[in-house]
Amino acid sequence: MTYQADEKGYYGEFGGAYIPEMLYPNVEELRQQYIQIMQEESFQKEFKDLLKDYVGRPTPLYFASRLSEKYNTKIYLKREDLCHTGAHKVNNTIGQILMAKRLGKNRIIAETGAGQHGVATATVCALMGIECIVYMGEIDIDRQAPNVARMKLLGATVIPAKSGSRTLKDATNEAIRDWINHPVDTHYIIGSVVGPHPYPDMVARFQSVISEEIKSQLLEKEGREAPDYVVACVGGGSNAAGIYYHYLDNPEVGIIAVEAAGKGVLSGESAATSALGKEGIIHGSKTLLMQTQDGQITEPYSISAGLDYPGIGPMHANLYRTGRAEFISITDEDAMKAGQELARLEGIIPAIETSHALAIFEDRKFKKDDIVVLNLSGRGDKDLSTYIDYFNL
Amino acid sequence: MNRIQEKLQEDKKLLSIYFTAGYPKFNDTVSIIQDLEKNGVDMIEIGLPFSDPLADGPTIQESSTLALRNGMTTEKLFQQLKDIRKTVNIPLIIMGYFNPMLQYGVEEFCKKCEEIGIDGLIIPDLPVDVYSEKYQAVFEKYNLINVFLITPQTSAERIGFIDSVSNGFIYMVSSASVTGTTSSFGNDTKDYFKRISGMNLKNPQIVGFGISDKQSFKEATEYSNGAIIGSAFIKQLTKNGVESISEFVKTIR
Repeated sequence: MTYQADEKGYYGEFGGAYIPEMLYPNVEELRQQYIQIMQEESFQKEFKDLLKDYVGRPTPLYFASRLSEKYNTKIYLKREDLCHTGAHKVNNTIGQILMAKRLGKNRIIAETGAGQHGVATATVCALMGIECIVYMGEIDIDRQAPNVARMKLLGATVIPAKSGSRTLKDATNEAIRDWINHPVDTHYIIGSVVGPHPYPDMVARFQSVISEEIKSQLLEKEGREAPDYVVACVGGGSNAAGIYYHYLDNPEVGIIAVEAAGKGVLSGESAATSALGKEGIIHGSKTLLMQTQDGQITEPYSISAGLDYPGIGPMHANLYRTGRAEFISITDEDAMKAGQELARLEGIIPAIETSHALAIFEDRKFKKDDIVVLNLSGRGDKDLSTYIDYFNL
Repeated sequence: MNRIQEKLQEDKKLLSIYFTAGYPKFNDTVSIIQDLEKNGVDMIEIGLPFSDPLADGPTIQESSTLALRNGMTTEKLFQQLKDIRKTVNIPLIIMGYFNPMLQYGVEEFCKKCEEIGIDGLIIPDLPVDVYSEKYQAVFEKYNLINVFLITPQTSAERIGFIDSVSNGFIYMVSSASVTGTTSSFGNDTKDYFKRISGMNLKNPQIVGFGISDKQSFKEATEYSNGAIIGSAFIKQLTKNGVESISEFVKTIR
């Protein structure tokens, strides 16, 4: 029994590639080649060199002593917030831009919600001198002006998604349409472990550097490779896939996934996909998603734009369905408090996405000598205006 | 024999029209179908609206959003169509995305289609591989023809596979694009039409995407059995209303 993807991209009953025929040649080309390319020595060398010298890896595994003291357990923070561009997203965009180059593509498209993945994509495109087009919901463009400016400064073209609800899911639709219209020269850099096979598996592999580093870092600090728990927030689920990856099939390690409850799971304004979702198809993948009884995809809500997605990656749907992972949902209010608490106890201002994961300690108790590693997936700079408004700073 | 197969045996270039059920008004579905038949259209694709129609351009996305806002659902569409065979004889196809069908229950959906007299389905995001493995038996049990798309990028081998699984016609997407892209067909597209026509497939081909007027209809059907018009028809409904259906069909042929 494994919790990794099988050859056809299924995690248990979730995953696969439910795509229109127009996308088939592109997706099939990638499916046939991605593992082989990733295993090439020259690819590995270029990938690792860039992660080290450009992204700043390995990121520290930091023992948060004051936070640990407060919650009476041992909490380590994996500092993905210290990556270049401010979040784990860049691990994947570095990997995919190298993939795109080897596939001979000279035009990159991406979708973005909060703008973090858009910035990470614009960054690697600038680095490689490749044209970059980022689709972003019209509403998100208004909410995330600084990230829009960053993408433009990096030379990317930002195209507003004006259809449907004009947020992340619509930006993803527009990116997919662009790919349909450009079947030969374009690579689509998906930002999370979502979309048709091979994307969930490919993105998880690029993000797996997170748990790979934790293994050796924890060995050094605690004399063991595996913690008792790994914890991450889940929107689509890429930072979670990264921290779970090397522990998925180790039953000694507890997996905790934290979703955004928004204003409360049953409030009608929530993004708690595991609790509210049903099995269905979104963006080419069979997974759990929030939808009407009639199968129309609904619009989620969270104070955090990065968790504001109506589906979750198929890996996570399977972790939920099989009971391998414990799913917890956290409200806007509890997340904001946890973000402020980390700032005051450890001098680290987290992204609001990450604050959701940090908020579990209030209710979810751990043993004193449990080792809990939490993925500090992003820094809070991009969220300053939300923090300012929320706390009247 | 299924109505689609019968129709394909007629010695003419088939004109097929797509529209979104529940658009412009919730109750327009049946009268649009009747008017299209009355005006000599050969086959109709009834669009079951979906919130996230990936393969469609802005026109059909917009009509789908409005149809959903008008209250259209799978169940309501089936209710609207329940007596359609009392007045309409031409082949009817439902075109929609896979998720609403999955939520309704694939077998239940197919059963309902047969009861109503629907002849076939087009589900762009149900790939031929998944269909042949999991759903073909159910479709066949309820005498539904499933129609697959091919594009200029589809390999000969895959076209062969699609042809072997198909039992009605093959939907030949004119160019690499979503629906509603305006184009007059260039030489590349004509070469593609010719290439497919020369493959001697067991299923006839009908061209879709990018057909909007007499000229493009003529070009599209030079090497194929017919053509499908979608976005251009929706635009006509938006601009001139359901009263303009006869006028629209006359401009095509």
